[in-house]
Amino acid sequence: MSGEHAQVISIAEQRAARDARLGAGVDDGRPRCAATTVEGRRCRNYAVSDDRCRVHTRREHPAREPVPPRREPGLYPGSQRSGAAAARGAQRSIDGPGHGASTAGRGAEAGEPPPREPDAFAWAQRELARRGFGRAVDGFALLRELADDRLAEVVRAGTELLRRRLSGDYTVDEFGFDEDLTTSVLLPLLRPLHRHYWRISSHGVEHLPAEGPGLLVVNHAGTLPVDAVMTRLDVFDATGRHLRELAADLVFRTPVVGPLARKGGATLASGGDADRLLAAGELVGVWPEGYKGLGKPWRDRYKLQRFGRGGFVATALRAGAPIVPTAVVGSEEIYPLLFDLRALARLFGLPYFPVVAQALALPVVGPFALLPLPSKWVIEYGDPILTAAYPPEVADDPMAVFDLTDQVRGRIQGMLHTNLMGRRSVFL
Amino acid sequence: MTDGRRVLITGVAGQLQGLVAQALEARDDVAHIVGVDVREPPEDLDRTRFVRADLRNPLVGHVLDEDGIDTVVHLSTTTAPGAAGGRLRMKERNVIGAMQLFAVCQRASSVQRVVLKSSTAVYGSDHTDPASFDEQATPTTPPRHGFAKDAAEIEGYLRSTGRQRPGLELTILRFANLLGPRVDSSFLSLFSLPAVPTVLGFDPRLQFCHEDDAVAVLELAATGSHPGTYNVAGEGVLYLSQCIRLAGRVPAPVPGPFVSALADVARRTGRADLPADQLRFLRYGRVVELDRLHREFGYEPRYSSRAAFEDFVERRRLRGPVQPRMRRAGVSYGRPDADVDRR
Repeated sequence: MSGEHAQVISIAEQRAARDARLGAGVDDGRPRCAATTVEGRRCRNYAVSDDRCRVHTRREHPAREPVPPRREPGLYPGSQRSGAAAARGAQRSIDGPGHGASTAGRGAEAGEPPPREPDAFAWAQRELARRGFGRAVDGFALLRELADDRLAEVVRAGTELLRRRLSGDYTVDEFGFDEDLTTSVLLPLLRPLHRHYWRISSHGVEHLPAEGPGLLVVNHAGTLPVDAVMTRLDVFDATGRHLRELAADLVFRTPVVGPLARKGGATLASGGDADRLLAAGELVGVWPEGYKGLGKPWRDRYKLQRFGRGGFVATALRAGAPIVPTAVVGSEEIYPLLFDLRALARLFGLPYFPVVAQALALPVVGPFALLPLPSKWVIEYGDPILTAAYPPEVADDPMAVFDLTDQVRGRIQGMLHTNLMGRRSVFL
Repeated sequence: MTDGRRVLITGVAGQLQGLVAQALEARDDVAHIVGVDVREPPEDLDRTRFVRADLRNPLVGHVLDEDGIDTVVHLSTTTAPGAAGGRLRMKERNVIGAMQLFAVCQRASSVQRVVLKSSTAVYGSDHTDPASFDEQATPTTPPRHGFAKDAAEIEGYLRSTGRQRPGLELTILRFANLLGPRVDSSFLSLFSLPAVPTVLGFDPRLQFCHEDDAVAVLELAATGSHPGTYNVAGEGVLYLSQCIRLAGRVPAPVPGPFVSALADVARRTGRADLPADQLRFLRYGRVVELDRLHREFGYEPRYSSRAAFEDFVERRRLRGPVQPRMRRAGVSYGRPDADVDRR
């Protein structure tokens, strides 16, 4: 084996051997091209007309060239100079000696003059047209005109994203937050829902801390935790900061949803994780009503449920992070919950088993009935409660924690009422 | 005889254990090394005195006394039931062996410190886990079977030994998944399959420890004084999906209900040894805190989790069929300051 590896293969020898083989044995009777190549050897292509092959016919009679493209497309959005460079690269790859074996027939021509610098761009276009890429180039130019030159940028960003995702070239933090995936894929997919489906308008964005830790406390409703995802997107679009959601353990048990939630920045709603996130100066979102708020019946809409055990307040106090009470109006109406089938919920190990209003339309419109309703949403961020003003030992005083919890709860309920009074209709 | 540590290493015939013995042999402050195992060590060990014995053999106690051993490095816990000859024998050797060893350590007056190689598997793996475990954390679901349970029990026995003999210095090192060119691991068999099996809809977070770092940490623990429990892993976290892409391999998602049946088939055909605790790990993964390793132990791993994994893929030639040729030139992976020998 090693002997074979060490063997030196001479290109000239190979060529001579191949020429001998072709000259002697392979003659199938069909006429060959009579032209000679730059290297002084006979062209081995089959002749098509006038004893010339397809390539040499075109070289010697430029008039027979195919029709050039109608538009004058640019190869790259860059300068003429980059076009010239590209053309030179193309020229090299066609006529280069390394390609002698495979492209000897069409590459080694006598008729083709080397393109001069200013003409290189036009030459590249002609070359592309000759090879039948004309339509593609036209199409690209058309798209460029339509997209106002941003297309190349978008395509480049897209391929770069694809490269990163396919080669695994991205980083995740210890919580599993994949910022690359979130900002480039997940949030853009959700944005149409935010803009066009629920037409979310947000108020009080200035109350969100621009830097440093912060704890958003939000009401929870709508059978599925869509409101958490939408609030997260709204915060990101308003401030450019990622809201790290504290989610229930059920989320992480669920296939597909669990890993997606982690990659989107969510982590388990536990004191330890919340402490770590706030200590790292992150903006954390908490939905203290939990399942009680999410799965409350229709008649209890916009009535805040019990706020857990106030653990979130103690967490904020320990970190000295401001608490931003946040009210979401509209999320209640996406899935009006009529019944809760307790027995089925117990069977599947779920906190509740909802029968939503749309489900009644299931026999009529089929699975489309399970889409959420397009209610109009309003998100309001309230005045932050500055916990830094409290001494840190307050976190261990249950009475103070309860008081603060009630205060946050009261503010959210107040904002809910104000925004409910202010809205014209559920859907407009 | 010169001054220095007199070290006893258990399981010296193993791959990592042999490397640790070699590293200790190269040090001047280690006067004497004894290796205990039931098999002959394959590594070229010069001054290690080899004792062929099972840990349950009273011979080990005599060796401790005769050679005046002051540091016992217990590395012989096996992770794979297949290699140990069945789960029952594995448990026997792991747990009863460790019990006997710690019992003779308690008796032998010369022994001053015990270093135990444990695993982050003792934290279990569950969807109710916090994002990362620190050394004080109690597992939300204690491991109920397999190697993880053994490791947790062995740690428990060592701690009770420490309580019985107050002067004894205990170092418990919990390693994340070991990867490297010389030490075999469950990830090697996982990534040697034609497609990497994953659990459909789950993507565990993983941390890796490079074998060079593992050897360095064990060497420091055996020659220094580091009482306490430490997590050992490389910086950073990788998703299994990311690992598969970094290695250019193809995932084979298996729907949850079929996972254990398929693992059984793989075990029977000898393709991969995936015990039940590993299957949970493939769902939920596990991440540990490294603050104590950095601050109290004073060791900065040379390889980040990603660098460890890439080195493992490179040196083991595990690069798969998917090779995106779009990799940018000049991109350096892992920590740039790490003097990683990568060709």
